[in-house]
Amino acid sequence: MTVPSLVQDAAARPAGRLEAAAGSSLAAVAPSAVAAPPPPFAGWSAQTPHLVDESVKTGRKLCASLEEAVKRSGLQDGGTISFHHGFREGDKVVLAVVDELARLGYKNLTLASSSLNSCHGRLVEHIRAGVISRVYTSGMRGRLAAAVSRGLMETPVTVHSHGGRIALMDLGELRVDVAFLGVPTCDLFGNANGVSGRSRCGSLGYAMVDAARAGVVVAVAEQIVPYPNVPASILQDQVDLVVQVDEIGDPSKISVGAARLTTNPRELLIASYAAAVMEHSGYFAEGFSMQAGTGASAIATTRYLGKRMAELGVRAAWGLGGITGDMVDLQREGLVGKILDTQDFDAQAAADLAVNPDHVEITASQYANPFAKGAAVDQLDMVILSALEIDLDFNVNVLTGSDGIILGASGGHCDTSAGAKLSIIVTPLLRGRIPMVRDKLTTKVTPGETIGVLVTDHGVAVNPRRPELAERLAAAGLPVVGIEQLYDRCNAIAGKPRPLEFTDRVVGFVRYRDGSVIDTVYQVKEASR
Amino acid sequence: MSKYAAVAEIPARSMMFVPASNASMLSTAAVYGADAFVFDLEDAVSPREKDSARLLAFHALQSPLWRGLDVIIRVNGVDTPQFEADIDAMVRGGAAAIRLPMVSDAAMVRHLDDRLTEREQAYGRPPGSVKIVAAVESAAGVANAIAIATASPRLSAIALAAFDYLVDMRAVRSPGGAELFYARCAVLHAARVAKIAAYDVVYGRVDDEAGFIAEAELAKGLGFDGKSLINPRQIPLLHRVYTPSEAETAKAEHIVAAAEAALAAGVGAINVDGAMIDNPVVDAARRVIAYAAAGRNR
Amino acid sequence: MDIERDAIAGTLESSDVLVRVSPHPVLEVDLTSAVEAQYGDDIRQLIDDTLRRLGVQAGRIVIEDRGALDCTVRARLEAAVARSTDQPLDYAALGEA
Repeated sequence: MTVPSLVQDAAARPAGRLEAAAGSSLAAVAPSAVAAPPPPFAGWSAQTPHLVDESVKTGRKLCASLEEAVKRSGLQDGGTISFHHGFREGDKVVLAVVDELARLGYKNLTLASSSLNSCHGRLVEHIRAGVISRVYTSGMRGRLAAAVSRGLMETPVTVHSHGGRIALMDLGELRVDVAFLGVPTCDLFGNANGVSGRSRCGSLGYAMVDAARAGVVVAVAEQIVPYPNVPASILQDQVDLVVQVDEIGDPSKISVGAARLTTNPRELLIASYAAAVMEHSGYFAEGFSMQAGTGASAIATTRYLGKRMAELGVRAAWGLGGITGDMVDLQREGLVGKILDTQDFDAQAAADLAVNPDHVEITASQYANPFAKGAAVDQLDMVILSALEIDLDFNVNVLTGSDGIILGASGGHCDTSAGAKLSIIVTPLLRGRIPMVRDKLTTKVTPGETIGVLVTDHGVAVNPRRPELAERLAAAGLPVVGIEQLYDRCNAIAGKPRPLEFTDRVVGFVRYRDGSVIDTVYQVKEASR
Repeated sequence: MSKYAAVAEIPARSMMFVPASNASMLSTAAVYGADAFVFDLEDAVSPREKDSARLLAFHALQSPLWRGLDVIIRVNGVDTPQFEADIDAMVRGGAAAIRLPMVSDAAMVRHLDDRLTEREQAYGRPPGSVKIVAAVESAAGVANAIAIATASPRLSAIALAAFDYLVDMRAVRSPGGAELFYARCAVLHAARVAKIAAYDVVYGRVDDEAGFIAEAELAKGLGFDGKSLINPRQIPLLHRVYTPSEAETAKAEHIVAAAEAALAAGVGAINVDGAMIDNPVVDAARRVIAYAAAGRNR
Repeated sequence: MDIERDAIAGTLESSDVLVRVSPHPVLEVDLTSAVEAQYGDDIRQLIDDTLRRLGVQAGRIVIEDRGALDCTVRARLEAAVARSTDQPLDYAALGEA
């Protein structure tokens, strides 16, 4: 059963491999080819032979195995495959597919996942074996990240932001041949969502982008459900192939590292400062908007701010993200109007997306694409963000650790900080012994000109580009200090860290959201003790 | 900041315990904004970790993290094997004050005073510079409170500690605190007689914010200068209790302004809105302003 | 001070350091640190300085650092050495200079 699918948005897509493989005649009716006179009528199914046989007509997309899906996708050596990271640390699709591609003998592929996590450590072997030779991702952690940082790959990885990934697609650099999109439920025509079935990840905001742009779209489904599986996030007219697998991901691992309410007094202190910064920022007024993030301090900030919103009767018109149960709670208390949701960070948020009409799934493009006709970040008032390092010009590193090893992700950091009226970085001044304020960053991910305030347990530093904000916060009794004072303080406490030594080998390029190269990650020179 | 902010010295409101055996807490707790921190060598430290905790406290005292902050050391009691070494190390380390636990009579305070004098001399610190906070935790301590509070010029405060006291009294802790009423009043009277500060008991249920605030309001109303604390989350709650309302602050500023105007004019009598007031009222107003200023800083 | 017997001080919790000392004919220091890249050399210097102040000239010193501040490294090392001997610590010699 080899049947071509109908292809939409042909101009926006790489050459669809299905048509090529099937020798489709669809090109004859594609709009770009209309110059030739239309063919005479030759029977109802002359141009649509896949509609003749009843079982082919309804079941033509369903593949019996991943192997069949791969073969029918037309993927070639050197091609580009994509994935979404909706299951974060619980993802099981990337490795299942790449294992299969390795078994089938594929080489030299480009892996473009919206992000990669610690659970993808085994990719190291596929990279060593030459199955994967290039990687596009928002970030990476654990064994893969350590190996890449130590020079695993011949071609440096490309690290992009969530919005920047779509920019790279739309600029033509990142052309996905086959998207393997893990979906909790799907019907045999490809209508899929993330809010039903056994393993729910909630919003499929990242997958939706690939479904609209990849040459061939394979829905990798944990459960096949009766037609029509609506509401659908990924649509039947986007999906070429459907295949069922045992598991696509473990939802219990989505929220790993993103703790619910912390009792750590230091996190709570930072959160109380951050909430006070928001309250006195000048943007805290009826109808404001915010994105909160997932770190312990960010979640506690949401709680503290929610308390002040209730006390002062100030409601947010909408919340954006990266959604946690805390944002959902605020909405239930009547403190937030709408929730725009590109990804869910816990089961409560995912469950709410299924039933709440004011909690709306948006694509990563609608979330953060700098070249989109409309990205929600551009409408945002305030965002809470984390940092691994921040320099005296407020430039931020969220990618590499103090040892130069990649351990984080670009994510929506530079997208939201560019879009929001006020971006607020929350971090302890020291993590263990490691100072967070640096004279020089290990890696620059987000430019300081888009950062408003740094909130630490030792005080609050306002970007000198915003003098009026510094005045407002100081007047509100916040411990406002210069960032140089925070820099001196952390160095006094911990000692000034010695600069890392790097080789001249490039292991990664950090792309700003507009596609430009904002920094380069070099291989760390390891101490030879 | 009020122009009258610096018009009165107010004692620490919060005395926050930090277990001296816990390296992580000693490396981070300086940020919590307590008016005074107490490195605890006593109850929070197991017997086999006493030596190591003493060294941690000794070096932390001198670290840049804690420099400039008001740090008190709770040493082990005068009748424990650790007492001598604790005092030796902490005077050498630069402690500003020693909190002595389980004080049941004035002799204990005098004994500490003697040891401090001797160690100050040994390490070249000014005589009498290390202050004492005496903690009474027994029926005898409460009964001897006035003698204890007046036992040494080093005393800067007397603190009530409830746990052992209630065991001693065969009493049970209750939300209203009736079982502590006599002890609180006895300790407060001793403090006011000796003109030193008085600190109320630790509130152990850290998740019960409402209960903590109720107890802090009770203590403030009775006249305590503050409380001993075991969780940093209680610090802002306590400080809020001690922060006067805007109306109270405005009234106090009005009184102080009148007093300063009278002083400038060389007039002895102070007239506020037609009523004559005397100096204790002005002093109280200055304290209100100082508490308001302290309350403005988060 | 001389290291007369095996002793241990500290913990493996974050911001702490675990120090083990044992008798050994020569001085041998073995440091593993979570912050080796940025502070390894500084910590080694601190260890040497602390041992010199204590008058330790021989012994095996094994230190596992979890990102402890200098004051903690010093305290735990001194505690371990003090526990390995019956000689009392002289605080006069231990100040931060």
